[in-house]
Amino acid sequence: MSIKEADAVMPVTAGDTDPQREKRSVVRPSRIKQYEPVVIGTLSVIFVLTVWQLVANARIMPVLFLPGPTDVSQAFVKLFQTDEIWLDISTSAQEMGIGYGMAIVIGLAIGLGMGWYTRFQYAMDPFVNFFYSTPRIVLIPLFIIWFGIDMPSKIAVIFLGALFPIIINTMAGVRNTEAALLRVARSFGASDALIFRRVVLPGSVPFILTGFRLGIGHALTGVVVAELIAARHGVGQLIAIAGQTFQTPKMLAGVILIAGTGMLLTTILQRIENRFQAWRPQIRR
Amino acid sequence: MLDRSAKLTATGVVIEYWLGRSRTIFTAVDGVDLVVRPGEFLAIVGPSGCGKTTFLNAVDGLLPISRGSLSLDGREIKRPGPDRAMVFQQPGLLPWRTVLGNVMFGVEAQRTMSRRDAESRARQQIELVGLIGFENAYPLELSGGMQQRVNLARALLTDPEMLLLDEPFAALDAQTREMMQLELLKIWSKTRKTALFITHDIKEAIYLADRVIVFTRRPGRVKKVVEIGLSRPRDLRIKRDPQFLTYEDEIWESIQEELAVPAERLIAGVPAA
Repeated sequence: MSIKEADAVMPVTAGDTDPQREKRSVVRPSRIKQYEPVVIGTLSVIFVLTVWQLVANARIMPVLFLPGPTDVSQAFVKLFQTDEIWLDISTSAQEMGIGYGMAIVIGLAIGLGMGWYTRFQYAMDPFVNFFYSTPRIVLIPLFIIWFGIDMPSKIAVIFLGALFPIIINTMAGVRNTEAALLRVARSFGASDALIFRRVVLPGSVPFILTGFRLGIGHALTGVVVAELIAARHGVGQLIAIAGQTFQTPKMLAGVILIAGTGMLLTTILQRIENRFQAWRPQIRR
Repeated sequence: MLDRSAKLTATGVVIEYWLGRSRTIFTAVDGVDLVVRPGEFLAIVGPSGCGKTTFLNAVDGLLPISRGSLSLDGREIKRPGPDRAMVFQQPGLLPWRTVLGNVMFGVEAQRTMSRRDAESRARQQIELVGLIGFENAYPLELSGGMQQRVNLARALLTDPEMLLLDEPFAALDAQTREMMQLELLKIWSKTRKTALFITHDIKEAIYLADRVIVFTRRPGRVKKVVEIGLSRPRDLRIKRDPQFLTYEDEIWESIQEELAVPAERLIAGVPAA
């Protein structure tokens, strides 16, 4: 049995290293094009840093108002020469780890439940909508009364911050299961449990990971803001104190530490997301 | 009156359902009587929206019938079962699974085969539908015709008593469609599964089937049964055979009458949808 030629044409995905396919004369994206995003991104950062440095060097404003990149990086280095920084980082990291970890476990369970059981969704919707549209930061004073100024109150803020994007995206993933796939599964007599495990859950993975990624941003905001208000240790607390004592370069060093962590975690999750979408042919302009 | 020479028996099948939120009942199929003989390839044609796909869904057990009876090998059809397998118009493949994984999905859902058996027999089906070398490709890397081959292989792997095909080639381009018709006949002649094929394409119906049933406009009923006396195996050139053209004229005329029916008769009792 022969396959028609038009039938046998396969799109070759970018970045594919299958040697069999390499022989075909398919135009690959050139190397330069491949690194374009990184190259342009780096150049643009260098440009902005240079302009910032030049303006700062002109010293129109004192360092307190406008420190240059060199001032900030010096402060950054100095920061890591103290012992306190490690206590701050480990405090914030623990808060983040516990709060975000709980948000993943509970958010996933609630999101899957809401997506799969319509009645559960009806019951939960008012609360999810209420909390999602409330800036959860305003609850910090309450959490401090409940849990004190140490870790538990921060964990609560981080947990609530990350929880809702995870719930909402997970639910959307379940709800977005293609009707055609469900019909096929039913037609072959699949049980509900099998449909959930083999059709709904794998199809939701990209949505769930997006929820995790968005949750990280919310969780980091939670760490910093909660520590700004009241804390003994933590990177947010470091930023707050540096700001209040007019150590602008040190403050910005703290900000960079937080932003860098956020970028790193988001990138890692983005990588994982891409990995789970290996079946999606890559689209390149 | 159990007909022992029948695979599928439909007696006075009526299918009705509520139309969305409105308070009207929509009659999609209104008293279908038909018999599919063992090993027969039966095609149903009809104007679009005539309830032929609805009828097929009922045969698959996806949709309950309101009145009448529908039975396969003397057993009443109530829900989907391993004795039937559907080839869908939309391939409905799991995009995160390879061709092999998708072909195995049907038996996996039915839990009728061990994983090892399923895999080795899936490879045979893949060979049968001509997809060798594509076992590890993902659906989105395949053309429409190849996706339908996977769809077909998935149904064949469950080894059903009856194969149900819901306009499987409707979304393909004209040339691919013809090639797929040819291949379907080749595969069918090897397995000789009783087949019920829904289409709106008259030529396709005549080319494939032993008998063609013409449905009326909605609500669907059997209007005409045409025995196709063309010898098998059939070549694609048979479509230009004078006998073929006679069948085509006959069926076309029958459908034409339905299209010309005045609108009032069609919507009797049912507000325009």
